[in-house]
Amino acid sequence: MISITLPLGQRTLHLRISAVRLLLYVILTIGAFIAMFPFIWMILTSFKSYGEVAAGRFFPRELRWHNYVEAWNAAPFARYFANSIFIALATITGDLITGILAAYAFARMEWPGRDVIFFAFLATLMVPGELTVLPNFLTIRRLGWYNTYEAQIIPFTASVFHIFLLRQFFMGIPRDYWDAALLDGCTHFRFLWSIVVPLSRAAITTVALLSFIGSWNAFLWPLIVTSSEKMRPIQVGLRSFVVEEATQTQLLMAAATMVIMPIIIFYLFTQKQFTEGIATTGLKG
Amino acid sequence: MAGTTNTPGPAPASNKRHRRPPWRRGEAILGYVYILPATVILGLFHFWPMFYAVYISLHRWRVVKQGYVGLENYEWVLSSPKFWNALKVTIYYVIGTVPIQLTLAMILAYILFQDVKGREAFRTIYFLPYITSTIASGAVFAWMFNPNAGPINQFLEAIGLPPQRWLLEPQGVLTLIGEYWGISWLRGGPSLALVTIMIFVIWFWVGYDATIFLAGLGSIPYELYEAAKIDGANRWQLFRYITLPLLSPTTFFLTLVAVIGSFKAFNHIFIMTDAAAGTVGGPLDTTTTVTILFFKNFYETPTYGKAAAIAFVLFIIILIFSLIQNWIGSKHVFYME
Repeated sequence: MISITLPLGQRTLHLRISAVRLLLYVILTIGAFIAMFPFIWMILTSFKSYGEVAAGRFFPRELRWHNYVEAWNAAPFARYFANSIFIALATITGDLITGILAAYAFARMEWPGRDVIFFAFLATLMVPGELTVLPNFLTIRRLGWYNTYEAQIIPFTASVFHIFLLRQFFMGIPRDYWDAALLDGCTHFRFLWSIVVPLSRAAITTVALLSFIGSWNAFLWPLIVTSSEKMRPIQVGLRSFVVEEATQTQLLMAAATMVIMPIIIFYLFTQKQFTEGIATTGLKG
Repeated sequence: MAGTTNTPGPAPASNKRHRRPPWRRGEAILGYVYILPATVILGLFHFWPMFYAVYISLHRWRVVKQGYVGLENYEWVLSSPKFWNALKVTIYYVIGTVPIQLTLAMILAYILFQDVKGREAFRTIYFLPYITSTIASGAVFAWMFNPNAGPINQFLEAIGLPPQRWLLEPQGVLTLIGEYWGISWLRGGPSLALVTIMIFVIWFWVGYDATIFLAGLGSIPYELYEAAKIDGANRWQLFRYITLPLLSPTTFFLTLVAVIGSFKAFNHIFIMTDAAAGTVGGPLDTTTTVTILFFKNFYETPTYGKAAAIAFVLFIIILIFSLIQNWIGSKHVFYME
């Protein structure tokens, strides 16, 4: 046992914690510091002057908000962001439509060859993206989709993993519901949209989040299939900014902050859904 | 006659023949309609490219197809020192990231699972690296490890250690340590540049792994701990004989995902080396993993036939490792029920 007495104004605060517990909190705090340090350094640096960066000052003397204006104007970031948002929304929409329909067909419908086809779907999970990147690039070129939005959206509008997740969830919905609906003359389509989808909100949100993260953070594929600034999503745009403005660290960090902050804020709002989604997908996988 | 004894007798088959098929016609058609959109996309961008990749790998193919060359591209891959160097770098990368990342994650998850205050806040913070884009956080790391004015070198100097060239350093870490301590036989190892990337990768994955470990810990029945405590087990014994074995399915899953992920790693290495030195896979190819080598043969110099062969060899290597892991897993993973 360690006793710590802290004088707080008139009163004193007595803390009694065991040495083991103290050690645990120290480890957790060091971990949290390491996890956050790069972000802290990034934000601090984004406010520095060029001279302060070169001199290796840790804290900026003043908050130079102008760095953000400069970074924003140095490259078409507005366009990059708009591209990324549009691509992400279109991908999520497509992914959910194909995913919900297919998952429902696998979970609730009887048709010949269902299990064989489901197994064939699952088998593609084994194939690494590296193997498909090159042939897909040639396919995209042949379709005339090089340097278009289609190239960045269409290939990601179906995911075996997401179909699998949704199917697992749909199968958990009691069969009695369907039997009852059938008696009332309900069609599959109505049953799907008015019963299954509302009941599966948690699973659908998880899939939408996974789809969003995948699309927003995609890098290699959009790098390969785009050639003009107009079509670039934010990650590819940020990378070319990093290469072009290599010496202007403070501007780079301002740009990195602009790219990272929206996703952190988004994460903090959807945090619970997020971590639960990740945890369940992890365990089910 | 072994075949006939093993097949089911004719009786159940004839029973089946009289049974109504389990599907109705309308539902069967609707089923196909529902899977059609997904099947088209997956077929075009997941099934077809598998075969197409093999086809490309059997041709001399620069930007356009030239001629059929049989297995020449595979011969080139397997006899190329570049490939073997890339494989060595990849194995360094896997060994250097997976065990450390999983150990740290398990420690953090185990502590968080104890009755600590602020568990949610810690978990949220640990998860932050995973959700930020690799490109942005990779650029930040590249600058933190900048040899001239980066905070990491400042920290080293502050505690009296020599500053390092980090991402620009092609020398092996063991060489650097050996020279610093004057141990002449200590040479080689992954380059410091590769180790710097590993630090970034571990930072990136620990929170994700910890989150999944935490869910795994939550699924261990509390009564087991209670019972063991009554039998007089101490803290270490509880961990060793209850937590560790019952957590093994989660550990196994995470190891599999981490090893496969490390073999395929691209973004982390690409952005760190690109942002720091402007050469992907540099310095001196000491961070060129198999995936980076593939990228170079595809994007930097368009030799598609060779690139496809590299990708296919990588696929085979990953497949073999997964099978070995599955085999080990089937012997050592403890499943309840």
